[in-house]
Amino acid sequence: MNKEIFSEKAFKLILKGTGIVIFMIPALLLVTLIVQSVPAVRAYGAGFIFRQTWDPVREIYGALPFLAGTLVTSFLALILAFPFSFSVALILSEYLKEGTAAAIVKSAVELLAGIPSVIYGFWGLLVLVPLIRKLELAAGIPPYGVSILAASIILAIMIIPYASTIAREVMSMIPPDIKEAAYSLGGTHWEVQRKVVIPTSYSGIFAGVLLALGRALGETMAVTMVIGNTNKLFSNIFEPGNTMASVIANEFTEAVSDLYLSSLIELGLLLFIVTALINFIGRLIIKRFEVKGAGE
Amino acid sequence: MDTVYLKRILEDEKAIRQRILKNNLSGVIITFISSLVVVPLVLILAYLLINGISSINFDFITQLPKPVGEAGGGIVNAIAGSAIIVFLALVLSVPPAVFGGIYLSEYPDSKLSALVRFSNEILQGTPSIVIGIFAWVLVVVPMGHFSAFSGSVALGIMLIPIVLKATEETLKRIPPELREAAASMGVPYHRVILKVVVPTGLKGIVNGILLGATRISGETAPLLFTAFGSPFMNLHAGKPMSSLPLVIYNYATSPYDEWHKLAWGASLLLILAVFGINMLARIFVSKQGGGTQ
Repeated sequence: MNKEIFSEKAFKLILKGTGIVIFMIPALLLVTLIVQSVPAVRAYGAGFIFRQTWDPVREIYGALPFLAGTLVTSFLALILAFPFSFSVALILSEYLKEGTAAAIVKSAVELLAGIPSVIYGFWGLLVLVPLIRKLELAAGIPPYGVSILAASIILAIMIIPYASTIAREVMSMIPPDIKEAAYSLGGTHWEVQRKVVIPTSYSGIFAGVLLALGRALGETMAVTMVIGNTNKLFSNIFEPGNTMASVIANEFTEAVSDLYLSSLIELGLLLFIVTALINFIGRLIIKRFEVKGAGE
Repeated sequence: MDTVYLKRILEDEKAIRQRILKNNLSGVIITFISSLVVVPLVLILAYLLINGISSINFDFITQLPKPVGEAGGGIVNAIAGSAIIVFLALVLSVPPAVFGGIYLSEYPDSKLSALVRFSNEILQGTPSIVIGIFAWVLVVVPMGHFSAFSGSVALGIMLIPIVLKATEETLKRIPPELREAAASMGVPYHRVILKVVVPTGLKGIVNGILLGATRISGETAPLLFTAFGSPFMNLHAGKPMSSLPLVIYNYATSPYDEWHKLAWGASLLLILAVFGINMLARIFVSKQGGGTQ
């Protein structure tokens, strides 16, 4: 019997210990990044974020081109993806719950979510980039091909599954009573969507957009392969650029000096903090929504 | 009086017809826009199939890569590398993730649970490249060189949130009567969990693990400066190792057509593996059927 009590205690201890270990991982991650970026912070302070030059030869590091690249590609991707994710969410939650069309759209979205990002990047590089180059030639602008625009389009395709899945989940959480009430008043399908489903799920849709944004901000490979990787600040979306993630991917193994490495890690730190914050807010909104949906 | 009444009926009729029209139109538009989502998928898969199939042959999966200029060559080192790195990541992360999931389902309201859940969500949203940096500082720097092991650590950290969440969700849905019945017969707590609760939820947990495996087997970013890649056959986890995504990245960004061909082949192989494991997970779930009712 004593043995049983011992193993019982040991088991509970293991469970708790694992919990503590898992809780420690992100904390340790944060501390590691902070410690490693101390040299860069000490050398540049807040100027790191606002400086335009990134010159490893002269040891001058400014993150502005990458911050701009990350923000512009992500937001452009969100705008491009929004109508699609929104329609997919509507279709799967309401319009065509069953039937072939819904099944096709559903599996298409699932398969898109399963494609590794390096394959998106490869496809973008060999198919999308030449296409953009052709269009640029026709329009008479410098035909880079690899550009902020190419990165945004690839990102948009990649985040459609995320945004639509979350929006769909939120829409299906809406209590059926209020939809039925609207139908019983004689509302058409569209009117119920327009005046009940969409307004009720505003916050959830917003959360979906936020989580998709979090993903877009941190996406590395696909962006790295089609964005062109120049460390100069771009002046329009047809020019090549770089994002925080892509510059880390490109230059980390080449970073020879401590300050260079530390500056790259500081970029990683910024990326981590921003994505963590965005994810946290997004989850918070969804949790609120769950509580509200269940309470009514 | 009558004509006014008639007029109103006609107007109502018109309004209703308009509403129905609007309803149908919106349906068509929404269906059209969402069906466009199929286009990139079909395009990507078509390119992979058309370009990939011609480069996949026996040599491709049994030979080492050849230097630029020489035709042929394969990527057997990357296939082996991917398998080793992913397997090692599973070994490293599945036990803590499953135990963490059990903890969350057993003590859903404790303070530590709230913290674990919070951490898990943060971890899930962390960009893979950042996790790569973490593994680099944690493993590569102390070891002094790149290694497959450090890549597995990075992928393992990415896997934890997926498996943990799947475990928690599965175990939460197991009816409490089951464990009450076991406990009422005097079965000690840890045996109730290990012999009753976990086996009942095994299907969901394994499903989570398989889905997690498909996620990490396509990851490239965290391997760039951990596993690093290698043109040689290497089965030693303490040394740099190639993997399918790394090979795709390196060959895809090279200027050589022959290497592009290899990259198409590797991409097709990777996507077949990813979708294959995915399918396996689905079949596994549906075959066991019923399950957690």
